[in-house]
Amino acid sequence: MKWLGALAVAVLLALPAVLSSYALTVFILILFYGFLGQAWNIVGGYTGQLSAGHAAFVGVGGYTAALLSSEYGLTPWLGMFVGAALAAGLGAVIGYLGFRFGLRGFYFVLLTVAFAEVCRILVSNVDALGGALGLYITFTGNPRQFQFQDQRAYYYIALALLLLATGVVAGIERRRFGIYLTAIREDETACEALGVDTFKYKMLAMVASSFLTGLGGTFYAFYLFSLQPSTVFGIPLSVEIVIRPIIGGAGTLLGPVLGSFILTPLAELSRQYFGQSGLHGAHLIVYGVLLISVVLFLPRGAYPVVRRLFRRA
Amino acid sequence: MAVGLTLIFGVMRVVNFAHGDMMVWGMYLALFLATRLGLDPYVSFVLCAAALFALGMATQRGLVDRIVEAPHEMQILLMLGVALVLENTALLAFGPEPARVRSPLAAATRELGPLYVDVARLVTFVVAIVLTLALSLFLFRTDRGRLIRAAADNHEGAFVIGADVRRIYAAAFGIGAACVGAAGALVSPILPFQPSTGLSLSVTSFNIVIIGGMGSLLGAFVGGLLVSVAESLGAVFLRPSLKELFSFSLLIVILLFRPAGLFGKRAQ
Repeated sequence: MKWLGALAVAVLLALPAVLSSYALTVFILILFYGFLGQAWNIVGGYTGQLSAGHAAFVGVGGYTAALLSSEYGLTPWLGMFVGAALAAGLGAVIGYLGFRFGLRGFYFVLLTVAFAEVCRILVSNVDALGGALGLYITFTGNPRQFQFQDQRAYYYIALALLLLATGVVAGIERRRFGIYLTAIREDETACEALGVDTFKYKMLAMVASSFLTGLGGTFYAFYLFSLQPSTVFGIPLSVEIVIRPIIGGAGTLLGPVLGSFILTPLAELSRQYFGQSGLHGAHLIVYGVLLISVVLFLPRGAYPVVRRLFRRA
Repeated sequence: MAVGLTLIFGVMRVVNFAHGDMMVWGMYLALFLATRLGLDPYVSFVLCAAALFALGMATQRGLVDRIVEAPHEMQILLMLGVALVLENTALLAFGPEPARVRSPLAAATRELGPLYVDVARLVTFVVAIVLTLALSLFLFRTDRGRLIRAAADNHEGAFVIGADVRRIYAAAFGIGAACVGAAGALVSPILPFQPSTGLSLSVTSFNIVIIGGMGSLLGAFVGGLLVSVAESLGAVFLRPSLKELFSFSLLIVILLFRPAGLFGKRAQ
């Protein structure tokens, strides 16, 4: 298994040499959404706290880094950590309120959505943050400004982010912390009865997850050169984040990555294919159908199936 | 429309994320009936309700029924999938442009004492009250309604006394969807709509139901009034674009301090 992982990383490292620029874009998105899914996986997959407001952390991270760079000249390389810290702060607030007041299941989902929506409305109404139009980042092509002429740089950053998040998740999985998280997901009451401080571990999971997601916000901002409140804080982005780990297999190490490798090309292709004939939104129908079928037929996601195939081979 | 949602959730503990999108389909159906057959939405809402009843039943029978026993999260995801399919099929079918149904009633106003009242809004309001009343009569005064409430309270218990729980669930889901269909048709002359309206409608109706109280019809009604008053006041005193802030803040406060809502009995 170990050398298989090393092989996969080696292939991913070598890939940009042979990819066309369009394929490269698709791969950047695969890696980036895989990364966001992996970050969500910590709290949504392992801990079973379904957050549907993760877009808020992308937004906070992205806005912070972009503003620090344009107003105070701070390089986004540092700004991204400030943004991630703020996102983690927001995650701590949401987690504290949600977990302290014992909101579970659907109520927790609504709380996260409500917070993301409040952020979206606030940011759209503050002129210093660009209001509803959002922020635009001027292109300089300066690597110190997190900007690159060469698409391949973005590819390697996205890959690094994905490996970082996967490494964090692998580390969590192996430690007692990861076992606690899974135990909380499976039976929180029993877990508490055994003396596990569930509140503490849920908080830690939430903070780790929102910190990583916040890092992703900077990448998002400086890869697309624009931030709009309705896109970075909106429910659709939260759906994008949640859907990949679910399809791939939430609560597994490689589920989010697999999910992104399945879904992102599919989304891009159908967007390309149907979008040309003016049929927008077709890729979202694909999402919907996939989501319904995964829930009905593969409630643990695609990863266990793939693993079984590998075992047999 | 929150009344429909509260019925579905209250009875089945299933979170219908597709609610707003079902409503948008009700609106487009009203538009279709108005342009093709010349039916006024204030007449055709009955047809829309019937069509949505069928859609709701089908969703319940074909999809939700298979996972009623599954954890809540799976149901949320399932309904999210349904919502994505419904919204974007509407986008493919009708395009992204905002639409509005024309009705001669919508243009009329009446003087009521010192107030000018929009006839269309008045009719919508009256029909909404009548529907809510009819629904509560149905739920509290007829055998079938009592069965629905019984299944909501204790699904094994209802099963033991010989009720066909699956059929009750299907009926409840259908009625809930029918309420949205009717609501969609009724507001279609007042509110311009487009496929993406569905999402914000879903979110708004969740606000209303949580604030009012899960599974309480009175709560849904009061919650609806409360949310719209909060939003209108917010729009008047601050910026119109900030008005949603009030309902979301209200939602967060209610979620934290009284998750069963103002009129709900404590569940769980």
